[in-house]
Amino acid sequence: MIVELGHFALALALALAFAQSVIPFIGARLNDVALMRVARPSAITQFLLVALSYSALTYAHIVSDFSVVNVIENSHSMKPFIYKISGVWGNHEGSMLLWVLVLAFCGALVALFSATMSDKLRADALSVQGLISAAFLLFILLTSNPFARLSPAPWEGRDLNPILQDPGLAIHPPLLYFGYVGFSIVFSFAAAALISGRIDAAWARVVRPWTLLAWIALTLGIAMGSYWAYYTLGWGGFWFWDPVENASLMPWLAGTALLHSAAVMEKREALKIWTLFLSILAFSLSLLGTFLVRSGVLTSVHSFASDPERGVFILAILIFFIGGALALFAIRAGALPVGGLFAPISREGALVINNLLLSVICATVVVGTLYPLALEAMTGEKISVGAPFFNGVLMPIALPLALLMPIGQMLPWKRGDLSAALMRLQAAFLIGVMALAVFFASYGAPYLSVITASIAIYLIVGGLSDLFQRITFRLNDQRAILKRLSNVPLSAIGASIAHAGVGVTLLGLAATGWGVESVIAMAPLKAYDVGPYQLMIEEITPRQGPNYSEIYAQMSIHKQGVMLGRIEPAKRFYQTRKMARSEAGILTIGLGQIYAAIGESHPDGTLDARLYYKPLVTLIWIGALIMALGGACSLADRRLRIGVARRSIALRGREAAT
Amino acid sequence: MRRFYQLALGAFLLISASASFAVTPDEMLSDPKLEMRARTIAAQLRCLVCQNQSIDDSDASLARDLRLLVREKLNEGLSDAQVLDYIHARYGDFVLLRPPVKLGTFLLWASPALALIGGGGAVWWSLRRRRTGLAATVTLTEEERRQLSALGANSWIQDRPPSTD
Repeated sequence: MIVELGHFALALALALAFAQSVIPFIGARLNDVALMRVARPSAITQFLLVALSYSALTYAHIVSDFSVVNVIENSHSMKPFIYKISGVWGNHEGSMLLWVLVLAFCGALVALFSATMSDKLRADALSVQGLISAAFLLFILLTSNPFARLSPAPWEGRDLNPILQDPGLAIHPPLLYFGYVGFSIVFSFAAAALISGRIDAAWARVVRPWTLLAWIALTLGIAMGSYWAYYTLGWGGFWFWDPVENASLMPWLAGTALLHSAAVMEKREALKIWTLFLSILAFSLSLLGTFLVRSGVLTSVHSFASDPERGVFILAILIFFIGGALALFAIRAGALPVGGLFAPISREGALVINNLLLSVICATVVVGTLYPLALEAMTGEKISVGAPFFNGVLMPIALPLALLMPIGQMLPWKRGDLSAALMRLQAAFLIGVMALAVFFASYGAPYLSVITASIAIYLIVGGLSDLFQRITFRLNDQRAILKRLSNVPLSAIGASIAHAGVGVTLLGLAATGWGVESVIAMAPLKAYDVGPYQLMIEEITPRQGPNYSEIYAQMSIHKQGVMLGRIEPAKRFYQTRKMARSEAGILTIGLGQIYAAIGESHPDGTLDARLYYKPLVTLIWIGALIMALGGACSLADRRLRIGVARRSIALRGREAAT
Repeated sequence: MRRFYQLALGAFLLISASASFAVTPDEMLSDPKLEMRARTIAAQLRCLVCQNQSIDDSDASLARDLRLLVREKLNEGLSDAQVLDYIHARYGDFVLLRPPVKLGTFLLWASPALALIGGGGAVWWSLRRRRTGLAATVTLTEEERRQLSALGANSWIQDRPPSTD
């Protein structure tokens, strides 16, 4: 009964989503406030209905209702409780339902926090948002019904894919989806602006917090996914340029570009058209990612062609929204007013270069991801585009971008002086060169790591230089530091922090070149060197988990005779799915990690093991956390806060006066 | 329960014996330099039955066969490029994670350069157009100029062109 209620709620949500997309839109055209105001309650109610539906599915998973196909295929009565909850989105139908839940949640957020917005803008944006909801709800109900029943019900379920039975899965997809879908709000506002033909700095101020929010979630989601891959896949890799990963990277890159161009638009009313285009692009790439992951086109172009129902449906949604938005853009963009002037050497100019390079990176990732599919579909020729391609091609674009980042921060708006900006970066250059010497002396090869790490150091120092100089400029009284700090706009602090975060991640990436790997057959109670550490197997024991059995090796880690800790790398076997999975043993020492995965055991008592020492590896994810923190800082800036758009003009005036 | 446990363990050992993981110690070459080269080559070759994994990372038995083949060829004294060519000739373009430059992949390889040139050109063009376009619109008649300066808006004319909205 509860399951049917969930199904029914979903159908109601669909009807409401259609109403939400039509009525406020007509209201906006007729200037009928009553019709326009239908948008808010319907967006909120739609969210409540989808939430009800989602809860019903979660309930079916928790109580192991094996009359529901989705539960049979992805659950097991012995599965740990947390995976019964996270398992809801560990499959196609459930994850699409989560997607729509987040979409409806975003719509409800817009409805709740848009008091200062004009009725018309809100009505148009929410009606576009409603249309997106309707399309995906229809997709779920027609092709991916999570509430389908099976009779007679089996006694036991088939369990969730073991790789997905991990705490990482509990956090990763919701964050990622919030990022993907968060861009839908920006998309809806862009469409609304194009429909009404009005776009100004106030629009940018409304849109920027949503961009930031989506960007923060996506940053954290990608980092979480990368760390999850790092510890579950068993060989210590953290980014594979897999199409599924690229699917999340593409909107991130577009979103990062959007964040910067929206800043220009808000401050200087320039780059309006480009900002609109990026707003459309960011969500379009999210849709493309959803298509790639959900249509099955990645596994094989042929399997897609043989079972095309879902794929074609998403493709139709994709074409409708991207095509529609781009057509609207093509018709309207030319008529939009041109914004403010700026010299090539200026903050705006630097941000244009930032956008150019980010777009080139984004385009390369898109082309690299889609090229094999397109080539195979057209000529039947099969090629692979993997890590060596992406690393080789993107490095020469990403490193110059990193070099330019702090310079852009130092340039003033409108017209800047390059040599003055470079002078302000003296310390960063100096420390960067010193780092180069130190890294070279202590590590030597590989040169790429040495160079990248020095650029990373320069980026960290350079990113924070602006903030540091703002606070300490002609400072006579040390006590004034805090007062100065409180006067620096939070968005500037956020930018400094986020840029430094990029540097921190880059340093972690560079340091992978200095890692040590050892693949050996380990005998128990014998110490093996891994970098500066020694690892020893103390015992190898079988163990029984709730829905798996495992063999784990207890290893102790020593340095110069001192024991630093123990790890328990394991190999698990999940009975229901007959699948093995390796569980890495990880010990964090400082910023580096010892990483061990075990394999086969031999009759002579030895155990195959992969042992790694990865110096500074945690910085890769710490950097992402810092970036997200910077984003949060920017978000907290009262000038950007949703609802205080108007007051900011007065504030900015005061700031200029000081 | 105990019996079930033993059975499960037995099944586990059976499975884990067949599904070995990535590079195993027994397949590695004794010469560390040669082994290092083998690893570098393996990272550039795709495991043909996996989804986007290099043979160096893959558990599949086919990947293991390829790893052994790479090492065999290195032992025969082939250079890195020769080994890659050999495998490429046998398994086709699909095995290379860095696709070969040829007619079919030309656009792929050219895409970053094309994007950079296209994007850079668009930026240059729009900045130029904006400057000349705006220069034309700020040209005021003598009468307008006088009216504006009477309003004390001199600096405003220079700094910011009137926007059209």
